[in-house]
Amino acid sequence: MSVGIVSYGAYVPKYRIKIDEIARVWGDDAEILRSGLMVNEKAVPDLDEDAATIAVEAARAAVLRSDIDAQRIGAVYTGSESHPYAVKPTSTIVAEATGATPVLTAADFEFACKAGTAAVQACMGLVSSGMIDLGLAIGTDVAQGAPGDALEYTAAAGGVAFVIGNKESELVAVIEDTYSFTTDTPDFWRREGMPYPEHGGRFTGEPGYFKHVTNAAKGLMSKIDTKPADYDYAVFHQPNGKFPTRVAKMLGFSKEQIKPGLVVPRLGNTYSGSCMMGIAATLDQAKPGDRIFATAFGSGAGGDAFSITVTDKIEEIRDNAPKVEELLENPIYIDYARYAKHKGKIKVA
Amino acid sequence: MIIMSVPRFWRKQIARYNLVGTHCQKCDEYFYPPRNMCPACRRDGEIEDFKFSGKGELVTFTVIHTAAEGFEKQTPYVLGIIKLKEGPCLTSQIICDPKDVSIGMRVSPVFRKLGQDGEQGMIYYGTKFVPENARN
Amino acid sequence: MRDVAIIGVKNTKFGEQWDRSFRDLVVEAGVGAVGDAGVVGEKIDSMFVGNMSGGQFVEQEHIGALIADYSGLAKHMHVPSTRVEAACASGGLALRQGIYAVASGMDDIVIAAGAEKMTDVPSAKASSALAAAADREWEGIMGATFPGLYAMIAKMHMHKYGTTSEQLASVAVKNHHNGQHNPIAQYKSQITIESVLKSIMVADPLHIFDCSPITDGASAVVLAPADIAHEFTDTPIYVKATAQASDTIALHDRRDITTLDAAVAAGKRAYQMAKMEAKDIDLAEVHDCFTIAEICAIEDLGFAKKGEGGIMTQNGETEIGAKIPINTSGGLKSCGHPVGATGIKQAIEIVQQLRGEAGKRQVDGAEVGMTHNVGGSGATAVVHIFSRNR
Repeated sequence: MSVGIVSYGAYVPKYRIKIDEIARVWGDDAEILRSGLMVNEKAVPDLDEDAATIAVEAARAAVLRSDIDAQRIGAVYTGSESHPYAVKPTSTIVAEATGATPVLTAADFEFACKAGTAAVQACMGLVSSGMIDLGLAIGTDVAQGAPGDALEYTAAAGGVAFVIGNKESELVAVIEDTYSFTTDTPDFWRREGMPYPEHGGRFTGEPGYFKHVTNAAKGLMSKIDTKPADYDYAVFHQPNGKFPTRVAKMLGFSKEQIKPGLVVPRLGNTYSGSCMMGIAATLDQAKPGDRIFATAFGSGAGGDAFSITVTDKIEEIRDNAPKVEELLENPIYIDYARYAKHKGKIKVA
Repeated sequence: MIIMSVPRFWRKQIARYNLVGTHCQKCDEYFYPPRNMCPACRRDGEIEDFKFSGKGELVTFTVIHTAAEGFEKQTPYVLGIIKLKEGPCLTSQIICDPKDVSIGMRVSPVFRKLGQDGEQGMIYYGTKFVPENARN
Repeated sequence: MRDVAIIGVKNTKFGEQWDRSFRDLVVEAGVGAVGDAGVVGEKIDSMFVGNMSGGQFVEQEHIGALIADYSGLAKHMHVPSTRVEAACASGGLALRQGIYAVASGMDDIVIAAGAEKMTDVPSAKASSALAAAADREWEGIMGATFPGLYAMIAKMHMHKYGTTSEQLASVAVKNHHNGQHNPIAQYKSQITIESVLKSIMVADPLHIFDCSPITDGASAVVLAPADIAHEFTDTPIYVKATAQASDTIALHDRRDITTLDAAVAAGKRAYQMAKMEAKDIDLAEVHDCFTIAEICAIEDLGFAKKGEGGIMTQNGETEIGAKIPINTSGGLKSCGHPVGATGIKQAIEIVQQLRGEAGKRQVDGAEVGMTHNVGGSGATAVVHIFSRNR
């Protein structure tokens, strides 16, 4: 099947908080955390930003990059675990704000950090079946970590949008195939109405992340008969810097292969947008013919693996919208008090 | 937040999200916020929708320290009048350090939350502005 | 069209008046004005009441009827009573409606009053109610406040003409200086340029002392045909002109942000009607809701060249005894600004000055006075000219 990425767009808010600053407040050892997590700082949304505004900015960047006629978009799926409404879709806000309305289908996705890639797969199906012309898949989050909890060091804000299509002349990257591995594994969750998620501590590692990522990855490579050496780049879901580095090694990918896509040290874990952000960062500098292997992970749990080949068209469009590197430049650093104000962690009447 | 009723906000949603205003084809004047009656041509006017690029220049501004109801947590915030490239002027917030704002500076549009009707009510989205050289 | 005169006036005290309700205040002003005119109740043909926001401040609409009722004019005499609203120009506009009624020959004795009770709600709510004078949909939704809108006018005026914060402050200092001699003023304290500049910043460049306060108060005048005015008073004050103009409601739609075109238009119409020019005016009460508003006002009305309002004020040319005394009452800044009452209070100041009853505020030899009452950031302007001489 010839289906793939027609365009992509990313958005990262300007504010950052350093791991050291969070550690200072809770009395933790910043040095150990930084090296243990391989994260130095994380992105924080502005007072007037949320998962919807981030999704819109990422989607608009994607539409702009390839100068897409938004009316061609037949589906908008936004994946997040911090949708602004529990009931009322983020996807309709995105659809309206990108000019894709009114002839399209839309719905919101949730599958922890792989909600974005699940949306990508859904778009792939609709496009390949001929049901729609172009699909817009977005992973966006303003992730919350409970104050003082380990997740507070990495839960970050950001979003990425992919436009999926199947007209060969339009594709900047072909998605040769996708493969998913899904089980019911409660490694991380958040109940309705609760502000912060719960997680299983070390249970999120082996039975969660590593099992699903390796199975999805191996399953895909077996299906299409490829091996790590066939790829120029690899991107794995990045809840911190350690996990993707370790899983890459386990699967036989090298440090050089994962380097361009490993943005988590400077950004934190953008949850639904995490793996897609790594893919975007990789696309920002990949050459025509480069092959990218990606596997997203979502707690709950599942892994989505993709095998991607970059086309000639990437050079034509790449510079038309901000690159991930540009989005990471010149951040504004804030202290914990301001961070708590921005994230709504301060209880107000 | 100045609470707007749901239908009242929704009716002009596209105007706020996508900077869609109007244009009088008769006298070639552009209107944002949108107007259905051209002040020059009035009943002889020929009004059509028009989507603005959002590029503009700051005409004047202030830094608000005593906030409007609902905006208390945002102070100090920059409020300004922006002249869009195509001609009309609008009022909006400029997301910028107050000390970096100046009359004449060029701005670009961004999609942000304007406010909400409390914890249980509707969230209002729309367009604010940032300095043009900000990578947003 | 008949000539019209003011034959009676009354202001209540202006300030935070916890013990007095909206009804108490209006009745005091109305009864006082009627008493000052020496008119009997049965002779009152109609009344017009300026009130901006009864609904938001005291959850009351149908103000016209309410005031007629509590003034004792509704139950037996069924006097027609109309509420007039044009934001902060409600009072001036009520006066204009009263003048129309007498000038047209439809009515003889007419009460024009204005009132606002602003302190029954928290300050934040009062500010929010006032913001309804701006464009809710396209200014308010963005977090615009009234000081914010006038602050943008000030910034532009400073950018274009070099007006300074000290010049803005000189308006407030002068008005407090005048207000100390006004028995009804809310703030009689003296302030200095320094204290204005040191006061808390509300919306850059306007400090709290650049802003008029939230106030309760009511004012009323009695109008009569000029031909019979001498039956009631030895010093009728004649209406030489009444004028009104509109402009765009939102500041961003104005032709020139530093000029209130409605005030310019109303001023021109008034001068034309009175067959006068700026130099013929001996004193003026202008709408200093914020210090910058007075600077723009004296430019808009032709007392100062465009851009020179600040310098003129700083040089003392608008003080009592100087070239063109502005806001001898103390203005909105020192008297306070009970929104609906202000336009009427301005007329009362001119009447008292032209009668020679202004005490320490008196402008010697004052014969012709002007009032300038503005709604919102300039969407409505109402200008009147009064004279001792018919």
